[in-house]
Amino acid sequence: MSRLMSIDRAVVDHVARLARLALTEDERDRLAEQLSSILEHINVISEAETSATAASATVLPSRDVMAADVARPSEPVAALLANAPAQEDGYFRVRAVLEDE
Amino acid sequence: MSELWRLSISDASAALARREISAVELTRAHLDRIEDVEGQVRAFVTVTDQDALRMAEDIDRRREEGEQLGPLAGIPLALKDVLSTKGVRTTCSSRILEHFVPPFDATVVTRLRNAGAIFLGKTNMDEFAMGSSTENSAFFPTHNPWDLERVPGGSSGGSASAVAAGEAMGALGSDTGGSVRQPGALTNTVALKPTYGRVSRYGLIAFASSLDQVGPFARSARDAAMLLQAIAGHDPLDSTSLNAPVPDYSAALTGDITGLRVGVPKEYFGEGAEPGVSEAAQGAIETLRGLGAEIGACSLPHTRYGVAAYYIIAPAECSANLARYDGVKYGLSVRDGDDDPTAATRAAGFGAEVKRRIMLGAYALSSGYYDAYYLKAEKVRTLIRGDFDDAFGRFDVLVAPTSPTVAFKIGEKVSDPYAMYLNDVYTIPTNLAGNCGVSIPGGFSDGLPVGVQLIGPMLGEATLLRVADAFQRVTDFHTRWPDLPGAKGRGRKRR
Repeated sequence: MSRLMSIDRAVVDHVARLARLALTEDERDRLAEQLSSILEHINVISEAETSATAASATVLPSRDVMAADVARPSEPVAALLANAPAQEDGYFRVRAVLEDE
Repeated sequence: MSELWRLSISDASAALARREISAVELTRAHLDRIEDVEGQVRAFVTVTDQDALRMAEDIDRRREEGEQLGPLAGIPLALKDVLSTKGVRTTCSSRILEHFVPPFDATVVTRLRNAGAIFLGKTNMDEFAMGSSTENSAFFPTHNPWDLERVPGGSSGGSASAVAAGEAMGALGSDTGGSVRQPGALTNTVALKPTYGRVSRYGLIAFASSLDQVGPFARSARDAAMLLQAIAGHDPLDSTSLNAPVPDYSAALTGDITGLRVGVPKEYFGEGAEPGVSEAAQGAIETLRGLGAEIGACSLPHTRYGVAAYYIIAPAECSANLARYDGVKYGLSVRDGDDDPTAATRAAGFGAEVKRRIMLGAYALSSGYYDAYYLKAEKVRTLIRGDFDDAFGRFDVLVAPTSPTVAFKIGEKVSDPYAMYLNDVYTIPTNLAGNCGVSIPGGFSDGLPVGVQLIGPMLGEATLLRVADAFQRVTDFHTRWPDLPGAKGRGRKRR
């Protein structure tokens, strides 16, 4: 399976962007090496015969679970905001997504 | 009575009910023990001594007033710091949650609270439960009470060490690929991973949601049965929680395993295990045979793909679950400079192993690799489940080593991530298949504990505990204590 290949710095940078992780130069080098080595071991999985096997996302029978449609009080806003790094007027404060207000 | 911390949960429960001891005395004995040995063991991230004494006073008062209390009322326990505790800092041993105080209790915490258990504190772990040595804690490593230069295993190493050292009578951990059973094996404790869905995951901080399960640590099968009894059962707050009746686990401990069919999976007895580990497992097989069990060979042919499938599925799920740590709603937030605050927050808040797993998972899920890795791993999961289904068509339980090695030296494996991953080669398949397993003390190799694993089918916990208890009636490994001098014993100044 030619798709299973080692990881270079460009792949590390691409995946780090997907994962929203800022990496130092040192980390980029180390991860390229470590992930390549881990993948080398993991690639044994390509040897498993699975042409007639269904995938299991979970071990439980797949089913929807319905909750009773009953109103319950929610947690108080102050309790939920207590861990907020920044808040204002009962809201989470974040950096503006769109520039110029 | 001195050294109350040496009591079993069942004996302490009886003594409390007869009012021979009080919950406050028992709790103080454990807080004193923590003060004495914690400087060496370092099992706890947070000790909640004042809360614990208040809870104990409340139990004593209620008993005084004639209230009928359950068997765990007044029993001091420790909780892995991955379980949300209302009003008590819950860190996951991560910088990103270092100051997080949950506004709610995990369901297992609620259940133990309602049962009257006393919480001594929150135990150290590999960051976000990713690791097999507790060295990935962002704060400090935990030491193995049997040899302070060695790891206690992980990721629930703090809970395991606390129980092994007599700092708590029992504890809860979480097991995604062996994180309860493997530290249990390395610390001479009974450590059980229930069937997926047997115990609620509500309030368990998520690592890999299709694999995570909360389980108990104790110093006997009897005590583990009492803890499982309290936490098992359906929870409407967890949509994957099984709505199945909970048996009386203590009543299952009959001591009789005559005619029980015990399978020995040949793939778990290969060259990977240390001789002392294989010998202990072989010894356990002979003990079970002596108790009247019928022993037979079996095969779990897809075992060799287990670690690979796990290190695709678990990181994939972790990369999605940990996307929530964005520095907005809770946890660390880094907002200086022009950089993306989310990426900067995660860079500062996550340790090396967590970053490695997020990267591995994001890679396995990324466009072009999904079929070859993630989908393939989920197919292999089906095959591994099929292996167990076949085996449990012929056997009631399987017996195998828990971990291929005894406790290793702190620092010995940190530089080789894949070598660390191989610690869970015998525990991972059970998580992938969803069935249950327990590690029990099975002997010693050069003075270090060896765990033996009993693996059961879906909802087979009562059988596992019956076998473990029968084994413990004729063996004394689980009754041995590590030789921990403590601060007093060394004549050192107390912290």
